[in-house]
Amino acid sequence: MSKFQKILSNLGLAGVFLAILFPGNDMFLQRGSVDWMVLVSGVILMMVGFAIVKSPAGKFLTLWLPGIVSFYAVTIILAELDKSTDFRSGFWLLLLGAWLLGWLFVERLSAIADTPDIVSLVRNIAIPVIFGLWLLLGWEVVVRGFDVPQVLLPPPSMIAARFAASTSILWADFKQTFLQAVLIGYFLGCGSGFLIAIVIDRSPFLRRGLLPIGNLVSALPIIGVAPIMVMWFGFDWQSKAAVVVVMTFFPMLVNTLAGLSAASNMQLDLMKTYGANYRQTLFKLRLPEALPFIFNALKINSTLALIGAIVAEFFGTPIVGMGFRISTEVGRMNVDMVWAEIAVAAVAGSAFYGVIALIERRLTFWHPSLRA
Amino acid sequence: MDDTSVIDINDLSLTFKTGDGDVHALSNIDLDVKPGEFVSLIGPSGCGKTTLLRTIADLEQPTAGDISVNGMSPHAARMSRAYGYVFQAAALYPWRTIARNVSLPLEIMGLDAATRQKRVAENLQLVNLEGFEKKFPWQLSGGMQQRASIARALAVEPDLLLMDEPFGALDEIVRDHLNEQLLKLWAKTNKTIIFVTHSIPEAVYLSSKIVVMSPRPGRIHEIIDSSLPRDRTLDIRETTEFHEIAHRVREGLRQGHSYED
Repeated sequence: MSKFQKILSNLGLAGVFLAILFPGNDMFLQRGSVDWMVLVSGVILMMVGFAIVKSPAGKFLTLWLPGIVSFYAVTIILAELDKSTDFRSGFWLLLLGAWLLGWLFVERLSAIADTPDIVSLVRNIAIPVIFGLWLLLGWEVVVRGFDVPQVLLPPPSMIAARFAASTSILWADFKQTFLQAVLIGYFLGCGSGFLIAIVIDRSPFLRRGLLPIGNLVSALPIIGVAPIMVMWFGFDWQSKAAVVVVMTFFPMLVNTLAGLSAASNMQLDLMKTYGANYRQTLFKLRLPEALPFIFNALKINSTLALIGAIVAEFFGTPIVGMGFRISTEVGRMNVDMVWAEIAVAAVAGSAFYGVIALIERRLTFWHPSLRA
Repeated sequence: MDDTSVIDINDLSLTFKTGDGDVHALSNIDLDVKPGEFVSLIGPSGCGKTTLLRTIADLEQPTAGDISVNGMSPHAARMSRAYGYVFQAAALYPWRTIARNVSLPLEIMGLDAATRQKRVAENLQLVNLEGFEKKFPWQLSGGMQQRASIARALAVEPDLLLMDEPFGALDEIVRDHLNEQLLKLWAKTNKTIIFVTHSIPEAVYLSSKIVVMSPRPGRIHEIIDSSLPRDRTLDIRETTEFHEIAHRVREGLRQGHSYED
């Protein structure tokens, strides 16, 4: 066990222990003495575990007990949040202790040697999940414990309740903004950027003529482009897709061009000695060599597309869409709904990015940055 | 023009135009290579040995003179895949396995899958790389990568092999081993080989003909025919005959003022 883990365990145990000694109010008594007994026996077992940490039993106890005690303490904290408005010393001490023990648990978990099996897979998923849940818990406790106004920051439980109550609206918005404007705009923008890069690459004239214009278009501010696109393509998703096309086109163009010149002179000479034609050299050498660049653009564009579509909806839209919802609900002080939309955008955006990153891993496994 | 020559070069010159003026990379080159010869081009850097090889391969264009490869222009020879070219680095494609790297020129030639598979297997065996078909280049050592690139050049089944310091980046032990293997390959296939090097022992050990070149302008100083038997082992490097030829090469390089500036 490292020095850092020892500090975590000592402080965490002290926090839980002090919370039991000085509860400040009746928070343990309301749920009966069971809580009290569970925590005390957990703390004692953990101290035993740390005393015999070198043995297998000690290793087992010091790995899992912090997690169990931390989890149990969290259930007490959540119950207390529901029934009380008056938070005393015991509550904050228990929160601190549970947080430190949870941290210790994740530390211990990630320090286990890598094994290429299902255990490490579960672990690699469990660690960020535990981390995220703690973040949410911290948010919940701070907002409710300190009585933060809901307009400034609603607690996650309120956002979740609003989310559950309005899934049909959220789905309609998601369909309008993500499945139509973002995805269609993304494929059109990336696709045309890619194709035009290949055309420009063959023609020095176009490189001199088109590239500066592409540069100019990419420098246009989105809040200037969006209203014009609405005028050109109407209120519906088509105008938002057009904004996404404008935003994603240039990164793809520039990256593909850079990728097409990534093949070394020796590799190009090699193709020449085989008497390879332009098409063969393109498909067998230059495009594979360009893949890492192309995927860079695809990843950058996945986030740009979402931002572009949402912001574009601020400039005229039918009464559906994620950007429309955010702008109107903010006006009506329904901040929880805004947060629910943000959650949808965050999940959709990360999933979008994740899918592209997975495909990239599959196709560019040979690149030095990904080699196993 | 001599019909039996693999390569026939008459009064060939090549001048690069640069911002600092003209660079005479090759000047008045005359060279005749017969089938089955092993010709080494040796000289200090800047003597144009690689440029000469690239001109034969149609990767550079001469500014004057005549050159024919297999009785054709270099361009026609390149388009008919008359030669295999081995570069200073292996230049294998990292996204292809060893087998698919060797298969690359065959795909470009439009051969069917069965023929490709057969030739890949044959040539990997020839360079002692059987069993490594499914490996990727970055999983192999430098020497093995260079052998794979030789197999790739041989897969085209050319009568002529052009090699540009193929073992220059490898350590001496690996280089000795590959030199020995290359000689065996030459004996087995009876190909014509043109080999660029700046190592005197390597040139003498491998060649039936040594072309000593000198710089500024790049030109042929002397052509030495080797009296060593075709069938040689690494031990031949200890004989007096070997040392005599090595001495002549060294003298030739010195007379070409290669060591002065």
